[in-house]
Amino acid sequence: MIAAHLPALLIAIPLIAAPVCLLLGRGGLAWAWSTLVSWLVFGLSWLMLQKTLISGPFNYELGGWEAPFGIEYQVDTLNAFILLIVAAIGAVVMPYARASVNREVPAHKHTLFYTAYLLCLTGLLGITITGDAFNVFVFLEISSLSSYAMIALGRDPKALTASFQYLIMGTIGATFILIGIGLMYQMTGTLNMADLAKRLPAVEDTRPVMAAFAFFIIGVSLKLALFPLHMWLPNAYAYAPSVVTAFLAATATKVSVYVLYRFVFTVFGQSFSFDVIPLEPILLVLSLAGIFVASAVAIFQTNVKRLLAWSSVAQIGYIMLGVSLITVAGLTASILHIFNHAVMKGALFLAMGAVYYQVGSVQISDLNGIAKKMPYTMFAFVIAGLGLIGVPLTGGFISKWYLITAVLERGWWPVAVLVLLSSLLAVFYVWRVVEAAYFKAGDNDDVEVREAPLSMLVPLYVLTAASVWFGIDTSLPLKASTEAARQLMGIGG
Amino acid sequence: MTGSIAIIAALLVPLIGVLGIVGARHKPNLREVVTLVTATCLFILVASLLTPVLAGGRPSVSVMEILPGLELAFEVEPLGLVFALIASFLWIVTSVYSIGYMRGHHEKNQTRFYAWFAVALAATMGVAFAGNMFTLFIFYEILTLSTYPLVTHAGTDKAKQGGRTYFGILIGTSIAFQLLAIIITYVTVGTLDFTQGGILAGKASDFVIGMLLVLYVFGVGKAALMPFHRWLPAAMVAPTPVSALLHAVAVVKAGVFTILKISVYIFGLDLLADIGVRDALMWLAAATILIASVIAIRQDNLKRRLAYSTISQLSYIVLGAMLATEAGIVGGTMHIAMHAFGKITLFFCAGAILVATHKTEISQMGGIGRIMPITMTAYTIGALSIIGAPPMGGLWSKWMLGMAALDAGEFVMIGVLMLSSLLSIGYLLPVSYQAFFNTPDRHVTGKTVIKEAPAFSVAALSLTALGCIVLFLFPDPLYHLAGMIVTPLD
Repeated sequence: MIAAHLPALLIAIPLIAAPVCLLLGRGGLAWAWSTLVSWLVFGLSWLMLQKTLISGPFNYELGGWEAPFGIEYQVDTLNAFILLIVAAIGAVVMPYARASVNREVPAHKHTLFYTAYLLCLTGLLGITITGDAFNVFVFLEISSLSSYAMIALGRDPKALTASFQYLIMGTIGATFILIGIGLMYQMTGTLNMADLAKRLPAVEDTRPVMAAFAFFIIGVSLKLALFPLHMWLPNAYAYAPSVVTAFLAATATKVSVYVLYRFVFTVFGQSFSFDVIPLEPILLVLSLAGIFVASAVAIFQTNVKRLLAWSSVAQIGYIMLGVSLITVAGLTASILHIFNHAVMKGALFLAMGAVYYQVGSVQISDLNGIAKKMPYTMFAFVIAGLGLIGVPLTGGFISKWYLITAVLERGWWPVAVLVLLSSLLAVFYVWRVVEAAYFKAGDNDDVEVREAPLSMLVPLYVLTAASVWFGIDTSLPLKASTEAARQLMGIGG
Repeated sequence: MTGSIAIIAALLVPLIGVLGIVGARHKPNLREVVTLVTATCLFILVASLLTPVLAGGRPSVSVMEILPGLELAFEVEPLGLVFALIASFLWIVTSVYSIGYMRGHHEKNQTRFYAWFAVALAATMGVAFAGNMFTLFIFYEILTLSTYPLVTHAGTDKAKQGGRTYFGILIGTSIAFQLLAIIITYVTVGTLDFTQGGILAGKASDFVIGMLLVLYVFGVGKAALMPFHRWLPAAMVAPTPVSALLHAVAVVKAGVFTILKISVYIFGLDLLADIGVRDALMWLAAATILIASVIAIRQDNLKRRLAYSTISQLSYIVLGAMLATEAGIVGGTMHIAMHAFGKITLFFCAGAILVATHKTEISQMGGIGRIMPITMTAYTIGALSIIGAPPMGGLWSKWMLGMAALDAGEFVMIGVLMLSSLLSIGYLLPVSYQAFFNTPDRHVTGKTVIKEAPAFSVAALSLTALGCIVLFLFPDPLYHLAGMIVTPLD
């Protein structure tokens, strides 16, 4: 009975939990409540991924209304896997949030914060699970609005401008997406994705459909921070509270990438996206440019959170490069990197959150000699950073290996060389932090700085260990992403 | 004990040693005992693999499949065994030496030092026993990472700078060239297993194979082929035991070992001989031999001089591989052993001088032979072995390499080897001359007091000097084992 309603529960539980959280009032209770919900959601998403891996994709009709009249949730390996990533990051980050939020967010806003978090979680999960185009927009707005609120809660006054900047860009993106969906509806009379996929080919030569595609892709690209539409991201990540940065960096852009996969491959279909519209060269050029420009900019950042944010823009480049290959191998690499990057970047931002908790700053100059005072935190940073570089026995290596293999399969030798060269840029920006932390003498030796509390270290180490674990035992992410890529390309079940 | 258990144990023993070392951090004596016991156990384990390998066996074990078709797997063959035997034996000696050096020199963070040292040795074993290129690459990178804290041990700005060069070049070349070469190999051939006779023959166009060779040779930055050699002098900021074992034996030999391994088991000698670009790489190795020697002559800092000498000597082995003949491989393999004993002795001596007299520059070392007679005698023995003069082991590997060049009809290369020997006399023996025949300081008169480095250090360097002579008298087991690389028993 409950098993049959998994998809609905996954959305309903956090959605209902959000107003309850608001009623709970005090910060501690609200935190405990949202942690509990996060774990529950994680458990459910785990069950769902298992279900799809064993018995294949399935549909769920909300309220028993048949599609295309009612809203339908369509679960296959791809979105079950993305759901798992989102839920897992939420479950890991929440225990960490308690200490971090106490330090960074004014006490009377704690309840609001946790409520916003639950809404954001609902939105991200909803975007991923739904099989209805308009529903995507609705959930997108839920997650976006709540993340604007969460970012604005950052202690630095710049958080307000960052949030506002994100709000403007995000709204433009959402509007474009809405225009795209509207045009699609106009031409086909349906909002159900499976239905759209059936009806769009008949009208694919018409200008409205092309316009719909263009609007939609640009809107999503804004949300996923594809270079050069990434300008909102560095500030938003740099000034948001640490927990928010870690959570959003690991999930929000990834979910947008999922939307792109879904519409490019499932709804519009591969032949339209790549034959009628020349998406392949566009994505290829933009992703490579993004990788190099953003990595280069990252090297010169003085704020470590901003540095990591720029690195995220570069990593999105790798993910999109995989898409531009239009092969199963390329998509596998792309999905794999979504997973591995979520784990690594989550760990890195959590480490910086711990530093912020103790030092009150994440400027590189304030990190001088920090490794002596916070050895465990910085060790985790180094390990996760090695993953970002793509050193063997980390998840980052596995996704890089797959990406390059996929690129070589298409015979794009120069691109393979560029990808490897770009990972050397990561050496530079990761090592700048490492050198400051380990070799520079601290200027503020009189200030008492100690290791972060256990409630922060444990989540940090869960993600750090995961980044190594999934570099050695690759079976779960590999199985899920290969399967998901095959489904997207329409090969096998 | 079966071979596969010994392999796994050889990888785990140093890591268990790390736990012991960290656990005994408050009791320095116990900590050093742990290191010694670990090193001895490791050597015994590696030595236990000798019997099956000599009988023609290839003990192997597959740990797990990391990616479909790509296993973390190990296989012991003669080349890897030679390398592992040398590295594990010299680890024992270096540990003894370190006790004297680290305490005599009052180094800080000694626990961290011993712990990372043990990790580096575990990685070295992984490189030596790797059953495929994928596994080798993994341990190659771990070796780079685990030696980084050792290079930057002092924690000074100079150490940071050196560490930057070290890490940058080694990681840079391995990711940009070696990893690319490995993935291309995998995509074209579908396997990365080390196979007698190679795996690439007939699988790709001449152009691709030539390009792969270039990528591999430059990608193995640890072989210090010019122009990717600068990390080695930079690494000299490390404490001397690190320079001795890691930057004269384990790390650099992991580099040339990888090149030999790739030549024999990825390309195969027959294919290698047909690659056009091989000629150019051979000339580059020859150029590295000579240029590094000339630079070495100009160095006044003893450790830096030895570092450039190492760069020069490593290219002997690269040259041996690029000759693409059986004799070249045998000569290269023997040179791994001969150079290891010679150069580690020289580094031990440099460290002993530093501890006893606080001198690092050759120009300050006048008359030091009267203060440290044992050390400087050992230095001279090691130097003669590097030069390739009898009665030292270095003679045999140079002999073999010369024969190989003759075989391959590369007469110029024989000239290069001879010229290099002359140059090495020029940069190594002046130190002995300075030590024994120059007066110390004109203003200081009176009798000379013998003041050697701590006994542990002196014992270690005497032992390795003795090793140079033993290898001259009994090179046969080594020659036999090296011969099995190119002509397996079965």
